[in-house]
Amino acid sequence: MYAYDELDRQIVRERVAQFASQVERRLDGSLTEEEFRPLRLKNGVYLQLHAYMLRVAIPYGGLSSRQLRQLALIAEKYDRGYGHFTTRTNIQFNWPKLREIPAILGLLADVDMHAIQTSGNCIRNTTTDCFAGAAFDEIEDPRPTAEWIRQWSTLHPEFDWLGRKFKIAVTATQQDRAVLRGHDVGVRIVRNAAGETGYRLYVGGGLGRTPMEGKLVRDFLPRAELLGYLEAILRVYNLEGRRDNKFKARIKILVHEIGLEAFRAQVEAEYSKVVAAAPAPDLREFERITASFDAPDFADLPEVSRKLEQAQAADPDLAQFVARNLFRHKKKGYVALTISLKSIGGAPGDATAEQMRAVADLAEQFSFDQVRVSYKQNLVLPHVRRDDVPEIFAVLKAQGLATPNVDLITDIICCPGLDYCALATARSIPLAQTLSRHFADPDKQKEIGELSIKISGCINACAHHHIANIGILGLEKSGGESYQITIGGDPGDQYALGELLGPGLPASAVPEAIDRVIGVYLDARRQGETFIETYRRLGVTPFKAAFKEIADAVA
Amino acid sequence: MAVVKRPPFPVILVANDLVEGEVIFAAEHGWTRDVRAARVANDAEAAQALEQFGAAQARACKVVDAYLVDVEIEAGVPVPRHYRERLRTLGPSHRLDLGKQADFHL
Amino acid sequence: MLLLDRNGAKPDPFIAVETLDDAPGKNVIDAFASVDALLAAGPAQAAVLAPNDLDAEDFAPYLDRLALIAIRFPSATDGRGFSLARQLRRLGYKGVLRASGPLFPDQFPQALACGFDEVEIPDANAARQPVAQWLAALNRVTLSYQRDYARGATGPASILDRRARS
Ligand code: SF4
Repeated sequence: MYAYDELDRQIVRERVAQFASQVERRLDGSLTEEEFRPLRLKNGVYLQLHAYMLRVAIPYGGLSSRQLRQLALIAEKYDRGYGHFTTRTNIQFNWPKLREIPAILGLLADVDMHAIQTSGNCIRNTTTDCFAGAAFDEIEDPRPTAEWIRQWSTLHPEFDWLGRKFKIAVTATQQDRAVLRGHDVGVRIVRNAAGETGYRLYVGGGLGRTPMEGKLVRDFLPRAELLGYLEAILRVYNLEGRRDNKFKARIKILVHEIGLEAFRAQVEAEYSKVVAAAPAPDLREFERITASFDAPDFADLPEVSRKLEQAQAADPDLAQFVARNLFRHKKKGYVALTISLKSIGGAPGDATAEQMRAVADLAEQFSFDQVRVSYKQNLVLPHVRRDDVPEIFAVLKAQGLATPNVDLITDIICCPGLDYCALATARSIPLAQTLSRHFADPDKQKEIGELSIKISGCINACAHHHIANIGILGLEKSGGESYQITIGGDPGDQYALGELLGPGLPASAVPEAIDRVIGVYLDARRQGETFIETYRRLGVTPFKAAFKEIADAVA
Repeated sequence: MAVVKRPPFPVILVANDLVEGEVIFAAEHGWTRDVRAARVANDAEAAQALEQFGAAQARACKVVDAYLVDVEIEAGVPVPRHYRERLRTLGPSHRLDLGKQADFHL
Repeated sequence: MLLLDRNGAKPDPFIAVETLDDAPGKNVIDAFASVDALLAAGPAQAAVLAPNDLDAEDFAPYLDRLALIAIRFPSATDGRGFSLARQLRRLGYKGVLRASGPLFPDQFPQALACGFDEVEIPDANAARQPVAQWLAALNRVTLSYQRDYARGATGPASILDRRARS
């Protein structure tokens, strides 16, 4: 993990005091609600359907056991004993009181955490691959780059009042596990022909009302130039992005309206001025950050763990868990282990304080004190010895955290929807629970194979429904909740937006509609084909036809 | 949320407590967290009185986002017609152990 | 209107005139759209009030003749003026930069960091947010992760410079 120095600590402390003063000035009337709102949002405080909500930053999804325990403490002391992990790899508390939030921020500061820029029209939490630092296929650990961006973007005086929010993701692998093309800026760590490590930048991706795919703006940027180039992108966006319509204010609309070439020309022109005005960029800070990510002291282990193999042979549940929840580690004998927060019938992404503590204990004992949050709303123990998997599995099982469903149909991404969110047009959690129960049978899940369902409670698309294999969007239709279904979306290298199957359905008809869609796939699939592969081969037409029968029946 | 057009009667006034954040309803006197104690306005005059109360309380930094919500009276209790507002009187629908539904056994 | 800089409230040395015939010998502020006429009229010192959607380059021919450029902030949440100020400073503008609009005190240090010298806020805002709140806002966050935003000796210290020194 990145280790805070005294300066990092001080700025977070000062930010807490600043927020406390903002709360005071709101309560004494110095600040109107209209003025306070953007200020509280920049510190992660929303006023939601039932109460305030606090979104705490988990930079690039990394937590230590101490930090996770502190989140558990906050959940118990100031909330209702649980938290919700989001697709931006943050955590949300749903019931804090405004006057207690400064105290919560103080507890966060105690463990080098904060809620800075987790909302508002500014640069948000930078996200990355949940297997960063562990993945077998990465060029390098992307987290130092993400931390470099975090520091540069934190309390940036010029880019705090953008036209709209701004999200950056970083990845260092061929396989995109960070939804790079769904971000305002996607940063891919690459090597050029000369063997130098640098960055490939995509710009203008995003979901929401007008989903767009990020476009390649710079094929190779030398490492030292990253922050200068980001500064140029942000300045062009801040000056040129639309301010007249909040639905057209994201950078994706600017890129779309003026065209990639014109946008690139503006950025390059601005960048040349940035370069001319600033001293030559250097890598000292990047190197300092990199050094502070102490590399775990991995042991030399055999590739295969006899212990794990024997345990699997004796316990089919463990075998199933191993088959689904482990990811290949760069170090022999280790794995990255995913803890699914998608128990059958549970609220996706929710964890109780007790579960957080159990995971913290496991991380401390078995994973070099590290936990990661994935955008799929699961947790990851990134550095686990194969030998230790049976013991970890036993603890997880006792905590209801051993669901062996990673990337299967019940590993549903789901936003809070109308059960919490003030912007929602329909509920999403109850539908996720229904679908999770509907597809609970492990054999059925295995038969269907990898398939992502993502449910958003409004067009903002926090659950990424556009890029789900099966995406569900909750809307209001004639005074009731209605769910639109899209299929064929893909968040990764073959980035694709889903196609709408037809009119919205009531929640009660959704499971059957999905059954039909899956029926088309199971009938037509060739050996080894996943849902998305069959979809790509067949196109949307047969799925639409099957869907129509259900839609007609309820119409 | 600005009230553009006044909803049909009867109505109640819903807001959030500024300090607590909790959803509250204008009562006969002051505010209540329990929708069953909400003051119901059946005509324009009563609705306007509610709105004025809400605006004054917002100016006094007691509440935020005060607006009228149209209800039906079921067994003497005001029930919002819209599902979103109904949820605000109850709590999260998948967690019956939380929110007003738990506090007041609604 | 309340006008203040990092030292507190101050009187506005510039006046708006009915017609430019009144300009000679006075410190006059006028709309940027009339900048040529204003300069031709021969004021003692010339200042302009500009919208925030102009290109910094539009100001380039005038920079050494304008004692003050006021950039309008149509609302507190429209941050274009911050980038425009930054660009004007980069172009070498040495005069006074004023942020004019309903900003709030927490934006004061940001405005200064981006190159502004002073802010001018409507009376209604000043009534809720008196000068003391503006000055207090300057000292809340004393550090910054950016390098070249601090101007002069005041403003948050750059964490990067501190680290480089240690
Ligand atoms: S998608 Fe809509 S309903 Fe869901 S969390 Fe985002 S804003 Fe709220």
